[in-house]
Amino acid sequence: MKDKNLILNIENLVVHYETENGTVKAVNGIDLKLEKKRAIGLVGETGAGKTTSALAILRLVPDPPGVIKSGIIELDGENILEKNIKELEKIRGKDISMIFQDPMTALNPVFTVGEQIAESIILHENVSSSEANESAKEMLEMVGIPGHRANDYPHQFSGGMKQRVVIAIALACHTKLLIADEPTSALDVTIQAQVLELMNNLKEKYQTSLIMITHDLGIVAEVCDEVAVMYAGRIVEKGTLKDVFNMTKHPYTEGLFNSLPNVNDRKAKLLPIPGSMPDPTNLSIGCSFSPRCPYVTDKCHEQKPDPIWISDTHMVECSAYDDPAFHIVRRER
Amino acid sequence: MAKNLVEVKNLKKYFNTSRGMLHAVDGVSFAIEEGKTLGVVGESGCGKSTTGRTILRLIEPSSGEVYFNGRNVLKYNESELRKARKDMQIIFQDPFSSLDPRKTVNQIISEPIIIHNLIPNKKDRENRVLELMETVGLAERLINTYPHELDGGRRQRIGIARALAVNPKFIVCDEPVSALDVSIQAQILNLLKELQEKLSLTYMFITHDLSVVNHFSDHIAVMYLGKLVEKAPAEELFAHPLHPYTVALLSAIPVPDLSERKKRIILKGEVTSPINMPEECRFAKRCLYTCDACKDHTPELREVYPNHFVACEFPLGV
Repeated sequence: MKDKNLILNIENLVVHYETENGTVKAVNGIDLKLEKKRAIGLVGETGAGKTTSALAILRLVPDPPGVIKSGIIELDGENILEKNIKELEKIRGKDISMIFQDPMTALNPVFTVGEQIAESIILHENVSSSEANESAKEMLEMVGIPGHRANDYPHQFSGGMKQRVVIAIALACHTKLLIADEPTSALDVTIQAQVLELMNNLKEKYQTSLIMITHDLGIVAEVCDEVAVMYAGRIVEKGTLKDVFNMTKHPYTEGLFNSLPNVNDRKAKLLPIPGSMPDPTNLSIGCSFSPRCPYVTDKCHEQKPDPIWISDTHMVECSAYDDPAFHIVRRER
Repeated sequence: MAKNLVEVKNLKKYFNTSRGMLHAVDGVSFAIEEGKTLGVVGESGCGKSTTGRTILRLIEPSSGEVYFNGRNVLKYNESELRKARKDMQIIFQDPFSSLDPRKTVNQIISEPIIIHNLIPNKKDRENRVLELMETVGLAERLINTYPHELDGGRRQRIGIARALAVNPKFIVCDEPVSALDVSIQAQILNLLKELQEKLSLTYMFITHDLSVVNHFSDHIAVMYLGKLVEKAPAEELFAHPLHPYTVALLSAIPVPDLSERKKRIILKGEVTSPINMPEECRFAKRCLYTCDACKDHTPELREVYPNHFVACEFPLGV
């Protein structure tokens, strides 16, 4: 079945890194649907598989050692996994763009920023180089940098401005789907606020769909419509912002919220999740979160939980909900 | 009132660069009461880490005074300084680069004990290391592992154990949790708090994360381009910020709560260069309320309300 309104449809995606020291099970069967013009936040800690999932969408998982074992990734109805290199080159930068975490290394130091923006335009649109340079200047203005600075090199810009340049490159071809991988975690708070505002505005303007990868639930609340929480290569909870923030279901999501200091109540004690992330080369047969979970039962150790749909939009993967009376009590913020 | 363990007066650190004099820390004064935490917040390049390091004389200051327990640390000669370091320790930001990769956990934690010759007997020393490991929540079996075998949270625990090894009174925590994941971050913050209560430690807590600093500190000092712009008890600072920079900084925190969508103040422009700064308010170029008086001179820190200091000619709401 094809849903015309879907920009992205991922089904049962499995990505492993096959190394000499064993198989790193980075992504273990995720399902994700994103409607056009919507923004989803992919949340989780280091090693949860967020970035690998994003790289799989662009088919940029380093191979070897990375292998996309199975799954479907449909962009606007077309399966990315069946494309050859030539077709992929047309899609990357045109239909899907990615903003990487570190703006200091994402730009090429020996080309001017103008050239780097124009490169993407020349590759994907049938325009002359002078037209492309003009568009590059317009894009710079769009992200709040004076057009005449197109002739400057990356080192002449500060961190926040470099990230704006990266955003300009990503949006230069009016991409349908933008993947932003921790776009502000290398930036200061006040600069982060500028960049997030810019992204929100441009998302509206170009009607781009957005996948925002972050570990910061605050950023998700600012930018996204939906959230998917990842743990050890699985999406353990997903739903609209309201679903996940106000009616938290998964014990891991609860743990994430309880780990955050509360700006309004400085006396509130932090309730961290005990232990640390499981080793992705050696995941347990049961629920991966079970060793850290406060509600764990014998069943959790033995059997992977099935997805449970609480409502049309809200999904949780947790066996505890087999008991209809089970609920978690998230601390009031 | 408790006595001040650390007192810093007009501390300055200038770096001579090829482009001119870089004012990293430019006349900073504050005091930290015994057993309390002073949080120092600011953006990259504001001089917060340099301040922490000059207090311990890991970097030699250009001028100023630093009193520890009433004695000026900057007047110490080398052997006095070494003794003083027993009382003043530091926990670094990056648990990956601050541990020697060729040393085991045991060697790393016992190094300061050996340097200060606290426990000459090897067996006793190892027992002390095990005791420290238990204090910071590291399993005994890890004693002979190397840092690369451990994750970030555990490594930061080693850094904390190493700092605690000499029974210090004062610890500079330089962004101790910013390299860690949220759930691990909360573990480490709780640990540092418990240790403070148990060992009556005094902390200088350097961070760029405002929600963390609010949770952790008794007093907060906000830095901007080498100067303190505001200083107040934590609750007071969050409830009534007076400096336009503090207000903008507070409004920029993304809050993970849907009922709290507030209007953000988006600052224009970026932090200006700390090299060859003009004699004007350092925040004037980005401030929403700049007027001619701000370009006239650099405002000094003054007490506007009891214990609430601000360096602004026109503090908000006064």
